[in-house]
Amino acid sequence: MASSFAQSLRCRSHLCSKTVTFTIQYFTQFRHCTTRRGPVALNAASFINDNNTPYQPRERGKQQKCYYSTVKHVESEVKESKYSKDLSGMDFVSVKSPLSQIRDVMPVTENQISLNLDVTPELSALEEISDDEAITISVPSAIPPASTSLKEYVDQSETLSKLVQLGVNLWKLEQRPNVGSMLLRLDFETDVVPRLLFLKDIGVEDSRFGYIITHNPFILTESLENLQSRVKYLKSKKFSSETVASMVSRAPYLLNFSVKRLDNRLGFYQQELSLSVSNTRNIVARLPRLLCGSLEPVKENLKVCEIEFGLKKNEIQHIIIAVPKVLTANKKKLTQIFNFLHNTMNIPHRLIVKFPQVLNSKYLRIRERHLFLQYLGKAQYDPAQSNYISLDRLVSLPDETFCTEVALATLDDFYLFQKTL
Amino acid sequence: MATPAIRTFRRLEGLFCVYKPPGVHWKLVRDSVETSLLKGVNTTPSRPLPREIRFLPLQGNETGTAKEITVSAASVPVLSKHPLVTGPEFQNIKVGVGHHLDAFSSGVLVLGVGNGNKALNNLHQTRDYTLEGEFGTATDDFSHKGRVVETTTYDHITQEKLDKVLAMLQGANQKALLMYSRVDMRSQEAYEMAVQGLLGPEGKSLPILTDIRCIHFQPPSFTLEVQCLNETQKYLRKIVHEIGLELRSTAVCKGVRRTRDGCFTLQDALTRNHWTATDIMGAIQQQTCSSGNTDVFVSRKQDFHQDTN
Repeated sequence: MASSFAQSLRCRSHLCSKTVTFTIQYFTQFRHCTTRRGPVALNAASFINDNNTPYQPRERGKQQKCYYSTVKHVESEVKESKYSKDLSGMDFVSVKSPLSQIRDVMPVTENQISLNLDVTPELSALEEISDDEAITISVPSAIPPASTSLKEYVDQSETLSKLVQLGVNLWKLEQRPNVGSMLLRLDFETDVVPRLLFLKDIGVEDSRFGYIITHNPFILTESLENLQSRVKYLKSKKFSSETVASMVSRAPYLLNFSVKRLDNRLGFYQQELSLSVSNTRNIVARLPRLLCGSLEPVKENLKVCEIEFGLKKNEIQHIIIAVPKVLTANKKKLTQIFNFLHNTMNIPHRLIVKFPQVLNSKYLRIRERHLFLQYLGKAQYDPAQSNYISLDRLVSLPDETFCTEVALATLDDFYLFQKTL
Repeated sequence: MATPAIRTFRRLEGLFCVYKPPGVHWKLVRDSVETSLLKGVNTTPSRPLPREIRFLPLQGNETGTAKEITVSAASVPVLSKHPLVTGPEFQNIKVGVGHHLDAFSSGVLVLGVGNGNKALNNLHQTRDYTLEGEFGTATDDFSHKGRVVETTTYDHITQEKLDKVLAMLQGANQKALLMYSRVDMRSQEAYEMAVQGLLGPEGKSLPILTDIRCIHFQPPSFTLEVQCLNETQKYLRKIVHEIGLELRSTAVCKGVRRTRDGCFTLQDALTRNHWTATDIMGAIQQQTCSSGNTDVFVSRKQDFHQDTN
């Protein structure tokens, strides 16, 4: 709709070199442009195909004084002249902007800037013209040819405004190099819509589109055949459609990886951990970013578990099936927690393996709670004896429940104790 | 033109103190406080987006002739002012730290936000520490986590001997205090200052302990309470080491805990779960109300009055 409308425009004048044609959805009030040099056809479609210099203005030959409008100016004019649907009989006000001639980037046109002193007298602003002529006049929009921020283009660009309405964080994306220009070059109907429909087909919810595009804008440039082949591959590995949908919404980069790479990773997890196929599927479904990141940190974490902690193969397997996050955890923090648990709290290996979620919690939290229990004389973690406190209750309960049920003290006492450490 | 976020930020400006847990670098504490303040300020519900009038085309017939195009006015929100396009209103907040605490120590850490940072330079008051020591070992960095250099016996140490050593230390520090105050000891001015308790070192000088006493003695461990000026935590650990040497034994420092920094006490310190924008706002308001006459808060008070007008 927009492109056909744009193509039907015929501008009578030479546009200033600052015109950049976008697929504009709406246009501002017309302004009267001078010269009688003859019509120049606006070619909106050519802009979309021109991928080389989206920001560069188009040269339209010798330029004349052109009158620009601003949106605010339009508003005031509208109110004054009681503008209605009928286009005839409108007031024209010319706004001179001599600076507009200097604002272009092309060096060629600079030589051609010259005040043409014997120009034919301009049409008076109050002259009435026919509807045809009125409609053919279009105003070049005041969009800068290059900018560091997308906010100057968002109102005129259909793609960008639709993305903002979806919830995409354009501010975050424009900080990444080249992503801003990439997004501007996209066409909403041909690029964005098919991929969003594809995601919807897989089962991803509409509310997640913003999150996915903010984290992985390159999903909009990945070819549809590739995306479909990767989903087909995952389904061939017996991942159900809901699982695939949840994996894609939680790990936005997943579908940008080739089938070979996904296969490589699945194979690695299956072999290294000697897991069954269903267990591998389970941990990958719960932590899909295992398939996205590099395998080196995972290998190092496994080595740490085996050598430094002295855990056996089946113990490591059990821990990872219960808490897959241990594979991507920070080595130093993991070692610190394990050290504290084993050496200071004197908890044997088998208890740690029984409650692997302690390895996922914060060190300071474990330390403060343990010292509080020790102060109260309740630090008893051996299930064989009485008044046993299980590690998962120590770690996963919120502060208030922990104080009242486990430590049998008030929350204020716990805070006071924290200040004595 | 103040947006709701800016108004929230104005209420956050001031001084407050947090309790720094041991083992954590003070920069991490400052960064996490800044992050939670940013979260609190940026999530204040903002004003609705400004709207503008645009003329949207309504195509009546599809014949393609330009004559049929009509236009209608519509009020459309200006997306270039949307927070997803402009970014959050506050991208960083100036949070300054008063006297530093190294990673091994814990205790009261004074932080300032925005305009409150100016008052951080004026905190020239004494600080209270609690030092926990243990006899029997000496390490290279004077703490129990360092590399052990020597071990000794400590059976001969008694409370009296310890008190004697502390008294000697206090005497030496008192002399240093008088020396660094740069006032002629024989003048009337010095007497008047001493009466009021204003006799103190000018500017940056060597660390001075104004008071030191033992509050707990159970060999091998003991606890000292120290009041000092211009100190570093490493100096305090060294004091523990030297006390061990004076007693013809050795000692390491197991913990350094700051209990008071000027007029900020343990009671006002916020623990880790209270490092949120609302709690910090409450602590700052409380601080400005309670510190009526202290010179430290002169500048802060002026800002406070301006803001409440």
